Amino acid sequence: MDLGSINPVLLIAALLLASTPILLAAMGELVVEKSGVLNLGVEGMMIVGAVAGFIVAVESGSPALGILAAAAAAALLALLFGVLTQVLLSNQVATGLGLTLFGLGISSLMGQGYVGIRPPTSPRLELPVLSDLPIAGPVLFSQHALVYLSLALVAGVWWFLRSTRSGLILRAVGESHEAAHALGYSVLGTRLAAIVFGGALAGLGGACLSLVIVPQWTEGMTAGRGWIALAIVVFGSWRAWRVLLGAYLFGGVSVLQLNLQAAGIAIPVELLSMSPYLITILVLVIISSDKRRAQANAPSSLGRTFHASG
Amino acid sequence: MIRLERRPAPSRAWAWATPLLAVLATMVAGGLLFAFLGKDPLLVIRTIFWDPVLGEFAFYYRGQLLVKAGPLILIAIGLSLGFRAGVWNIGAEGQYIMGAICGAAVGLAFYPMEARWLIFPMMVLAGGLGGFLWAMIPGILRTRFNTNEILVSLLLVYVAEQILAWMALGPLRSPDGAGFPGSRNLRHYDAAANHELIAGSGMHWGVVAAFVAVILSHVLLTRHILGFNIRLAGASPRAARFAGVSPGWLVLTCLGVSGALAGLAGLFEVAGPAGQINIDFNVGYGFTAIIVAFLGRLHPVGIMLAGFLMALTYIGGEAAQATLGVPAAAIQAFQGMLLFFLLALDVMTNYRVRVDVRARA
Repeated sequence: MDLGSINPVLLIAALLLASTPILLAAMGELVVEKSGVLNLGVEGMMIVGAVAGFIVAVESGSPALGILAAAAAAALLALLFGVLTQVLLSNQVATGLGLTLFGLGISSLMGQGYVGIRPPTSPRLELPVLSDLPIAGPVLFSQHALVYLSLALVAGVWWFLRSTRSGLILRAVGESHEAAHALGYSVLGTRLAAIVFGGALAGLGGACLSLVIVPQWTEGMTAGRGWIALAIVVFGSWRAWRVLLGAYLFGGVSVLQLNLQAAGIAIPVELLSMSPYLITILVLVIISSDKRRAQANAPSSLGRTFHASG
Repeated sequence: MIRLERRPAPSRAWAWATPLLAVLATMVAGGLLFAFLGKDPLLVIRTIFWDPVLGEFAFYYRGQLLVKAGPLILIAIGLSLGFRAGVWNIGAEGQYIMGAICGAAVGLAFYPMEARWLIFPMMVLAGGLGGFLWAMIPGILRTRFNTNEILVSLLLVYVAEQILAWMALGPLRSPDGAGFPGSRNLRHYDAAANHELIAGSGMHWGVVAAFVAVILSHVLLTRHILGFNIRLAGASPRAARFAGVSPGWLVLTCLGVSGALAGLAGLFEVAGPAGQINIDFNVGYGFTAIIVAFLGRLHPVGIMLAGFLMALTYIGGEAAQATLGVPAAAIQAFQGMLLFFLLALDVMTNYRVRVDVRARA
């Protein structure tokens, strides 16, 4: 066992990157749930984003194009969910599950010819001077562009929900769709927009995984990250900054366990590999056990089907 | 202008017609998918849905049909009880794995004792208990701490997969396996094997259990107070509480039953068709069973029929893979598509489509 081989600075730098896919997906799902829709298909949208981004990046040679394609593909899949649940009024839980199963199937079908290929590398954003700083340099100023984008999105979503008129309408739709409808706001339009936005972010998260972190395509490579993103939205009690905290907590655990595996610590590898899932469950339990606090910020119409009669 | 009008009660005719229409729509859309992959769509559809039952080599495939349908039906019956009551156990895959591990561990503990009358029943009990206990984790967390059972049961699948890998490489690894991962093959150990009951039919104890589960759940839902409470809680949770149904107790019952059935399915699979605990033991029956439950309208008889249909897509899919080179993943996408079409068409069951001819003033 050699714990000394773990470099804390590199660990934190890796943590920020490892948390980004989940942070992106969780931010998207936060907006979706704030509009009153429960989309359990995050895992499916992420993996479709991962494969679509990978294919386009490999074929075009441009990682940026791949990332855009990932967002578009996952948004398209999310739109399918939106049409099913909002227009055809299907059960959101069942449709979300279906989206995940379908996404896993279609992604491994699409990715058939792309196993074992290396995608074009996307360079880190080395900020001049700043990235040479001793500790803050590698941690804060030489990350991949998606890391900065995810942080900007956290701030953007927080500001949008808190201080804009559209954000207020979105929250109103999520709190009471009947009242929002009676006031003349479009429940359908708001929710479809939120669902598509959530899909695009899940797709970005998937592309971050297949193009930057791994970077490779393997079947089922999201390995439950979509579900963890869902759990983190609950953990963050539907607040943007707490979701950020949750995502980094999870990222920290998964990076740490990988480092411990590499350092050869005397804990079975399987136990280390399951630790992120166990800790997510534990955190969920702690958050949910205080019923009043857990529900205080939950959208009241979450998961309920809206049908305007007349 | 087209609008939807809620039906006072779901249409019975549409409830049974939508699965059939969904299957047809999936065949059309799937055909397009296969055409896109450069295969002859009609030939692929025939290979998947026709040849395994009525084709030239059907005698070989028919046995496989029961082998694949057995676990799917057994798991889906359990899930359907919870889905009816609004209890979402989507971690059946994990309960299936834990049932298989517990059951196989009991069988292997007795190796090489010859006492089938004792060992096999104990394995069945251990399998059911393993799945039951694994499902009790989300159950108790939900009733004690109000934790979402969807997320916990699903996250536990990944935990169970890690335990499976650990067992296959560590405690349960065969001492005679020359270092390869995987336990002893239970099919070569007569006291613990879940052999075919009628040679060539594919009928084993797991399939028998699946049929028994279909009958018992039908009786439960139509004749027993528990079944009534489950249906009541699903239709109107508020009314159920007034009627004295304890929500917590219902959650534990639904999760417990579905977990135990998934565990049994895992045990019968590991002692029969699979033969051993190994890293790649689970093949997604726990997830496909969710589709089976919905396709069967959460009704026992419907689930049985849907289970056979899904088994057919597995077998036909393998055949299409071998003879036509259709990728295995295409079948998975095909199954997901089926669930989508079903959910989309279900709007007809609950709503009437009205076309207003007059423009509204």
